[in-house]
Amino acid sequence: MMLKIEELHANIEDKEILRGVNLELNAGEVHAIMGPNGSGKSTLASVLIGREGYEVSGSVTYEGQDLLALSPEDRAAAGVFLAFQHPVEIPGVGNMYFMRTALNSLRRQRGQEELDPVDFLALAQERMTLVEMDQSFMNRSVNEGFSGGEKKRNEILQMAILEPKLAILDETDSGLDIDALRVVANGVNALRSEGRAMLVITHHQRLLDYIVPDRVHVMAAGQIVRSGDKDLAVELEEHGYADQGRPTPVGVTR
Amino acid sequence: MSAPTTAPGISDEVRELANQDYKYGFVTDLETEVAPKGLNEDIIRLISAKKNEPDWLLEWRLRAYRHWTTLTEPTWQHVAYGPVDFQDIIYYADPRPKKQVASMDEVDPEMREMFDKLGISLGEQERLSGVAVDAIVDSVSVATTFKEKLADVGVIFCSFSEAVQNHPDLVRKYLGSVVPYKDNFFACLNAAVFTDGSFCYIPKGVHCPMELSTYFRINAADTGQFERTLIVAEEGAYVSYLEGCTAPVRDKNQMHAAVVELVALDDAQIKYSTVQNWYPGDANGNGGVYNFVTKRGMAAGRNSKISWTQVETGSAITWKYPGVVLKGDNSVGEFYSVALTARHQQADTGSKMVHIGKNTKSTIISKAISAGHGQNTYRGLVGIRHSAAGARNFTQCDSLLIGKDCGAHTFPYVEVKNPTGQVEHEASTSKIGEEQLLYCRQRGIPEEEAVSMIVNGFCREVFKMLPMEFAVEAQKLLTVSLEGSVG
Repeated sequence: MMLKIEELHANIEDKEILRGVNLELNAGEVHAIMGPNGSGKSTLASVLIGREGYEVSGSVTYEGQDLLALSPEDRAAAGVFLAFQHPVEIPGVGNMYFMRTALNSLRRQRGQEELDPVDFLALAQERMTLVEMDQSFMNRSVNEGFSGGEKKRNEILQMAILEPKLAILDETDSGLDIDALRVVANGVNALRSEGRAMLVITHHQRLLDYIVPDRVHVMAAGQIVRSGDKDLAVELEEHGYADQGRPTPVGVTR
Repeated sequence: MSAPTTAPGISDEVRELANQDYKYGFVTDLETEVAPKGLNEDIIRLISAKKNEPDWLLEWRLRAYRHWTTLTEPTWQHVAYGPVDFQDIIYYADPRPKKQVASMDEVDPEMREMFDKLGISLGEQERLSGVAVDAIVDSVSVATTFKEKLADVGVIFCSFSEAVQNHPDLVRKYLGSVVPYKDNFFACLNAAVFTDGSFCYIPKGVHCPMELSTYFRINAADTGQFERTLIVAEEGAYVSYLEGCTAPVRDKNQMHAAVVELVALDDAQIKYSTVQNWYPGDANGNGGVYNFVTKRGMAAGRNSKISWTQVETGSAITWKYPGVVLKGDNSVGEFYSVALTARHQQADTGSKMVHIGKNTKSTIISKAISAGHGQNTYRGLVGIRHSAAGARNFTQCDSLLIGKDCGAHTFPYVEVKNPTGQVEHEASTSKIGEEQLLYCRQRGIPEEEAVSMIVNGFCREVFKMLPMEFAVEAQKLLTVSLEGSVG
């Protein structure tokens, strides 16, 4: 098992946002987490990557180690990646330079040799085709002046270059038109592999038409209240989230 | 470091680095001839006599001194420091061995070693970068490299003292022509007691074949450094000039009150870059250099251009407003600045652009970074006179705050007296985003490297104006100065 989340609680300023999340994820699987706004989906992603400011209890075991004990950069080095919902702009820092620095930091922490700019360029160019990006993206500052769709593609490009073991996609479909959604989904599908697990957080079922999950979990009020196969997403699309608060949360993960 | 230990996102390792030593803080044991402490007419006469100066220069100094005694220290700047006892400063220190050196190889070995430690080679044949250097220790110019090669094309590059001896007419013509001794308190003090500096003259039509550089070093204790630099570019001439500064770690404050005057005639261009790394004081704010400097360029001729680029990471207190008087029609003035205040450093700095000629154009780009308990103030004046039809200015001041105990302030002054003048001002203040840091760290970039990357990105517009090799140096300097100041 790659990821095991047990009774995970997270508070921010005395407000309880996660109220005992349980989830198991195996290598090679894609799980979707759906739920209404404010149900705690993004907080779960934030806690998994080590964002500061939360009071966290419970346990998260990732490849046999205590994930919560690691710094954000150590989690990254261990193979955890988040495609951010709102990727931040970093003015003056070139996109290409940023990604090469990131990859080389990871490689260094893993005891691998760093890539020189020429080898990196070759790698980047190959991966850019996955998300239909051209060289001009690489010469701009990180996310600066990017449209919503460009930012999301840039996230998936980073995933393609950094090759994480566990990829968390936070609302990657939000704000995308249908063409951009297709591009992003194709990129994600191309990166599905036996050794890689994905946690796809989304508000809408639409994304799951393109990225077909192995499991679907429904989150409400800080807990996973239902789990099922991909048909659950369709059911939710038809009936909405309104009924999802009621079933007992106990034992929903398998 | 006194940052609150609860600051989010900051590791202990990063905090520890905050107190890392100032790398250039050593003292070299040089045999130094010093004047007694204090300032009076006799001291000025002594300085003038030591330098074998002509009477007109002594008279000028004395006039400045007499005027200075009527002035009071300015208090309008947004910095705080105790009273300076101007009678407790040594105004003349000469580290030079008594005999005159005939060539670079005869430079005092201890002096040479000091410059080696600073990473500056005075041996001409060893230099690969093609930069001519004038090295000034305490009050005296100790070495100027590549003099002959420059002389071949008619460029004069020497110490100020030598210029007074060998080119008195040029000095007399331009000294005080841009910064008169009555200009301000510190410029007036400098005029009375300046001891050395660099002089540079580029004749008509000559594109100076190499970067010129002055290296300033305060070594002796209790010494003030009052150097004066004068650069004259004749019609159509071009020169790029760089100054660098360091000082030993001393627990008392050291005074540095310099004056730089630039004159650009028709179609001439002067590019003046500064990498200032004077000792900033210790982690508790003790010691450090008071950097009170007056820098001004006169874009006197048509189509002339003067650019100031500065990267300021040192000094306990910085007070400087490099400016350009845009007198010639179509002349251009530029100011690109990165000012970092960490620890307990304070800076009140900015630029002054005075438009007199028609269609004159000025640009001010100021990037201020505050960390630790640093206080950074941008103060700028853009003046467009009646005569300056079609004048334009663009000003952009960006401040970046790192941590929560620092501050950034902006005081822009604008005076437009010609209705065709156009003045634009943009300002921004941002905190180094927790979000930016998290984004970098999530990608595997360690925190300290992430801070350095974000700050360098913030400064990129200015760094790209520096000569290539110095841009690299400036970037490193910024990284070192920032280490551990997060939080």
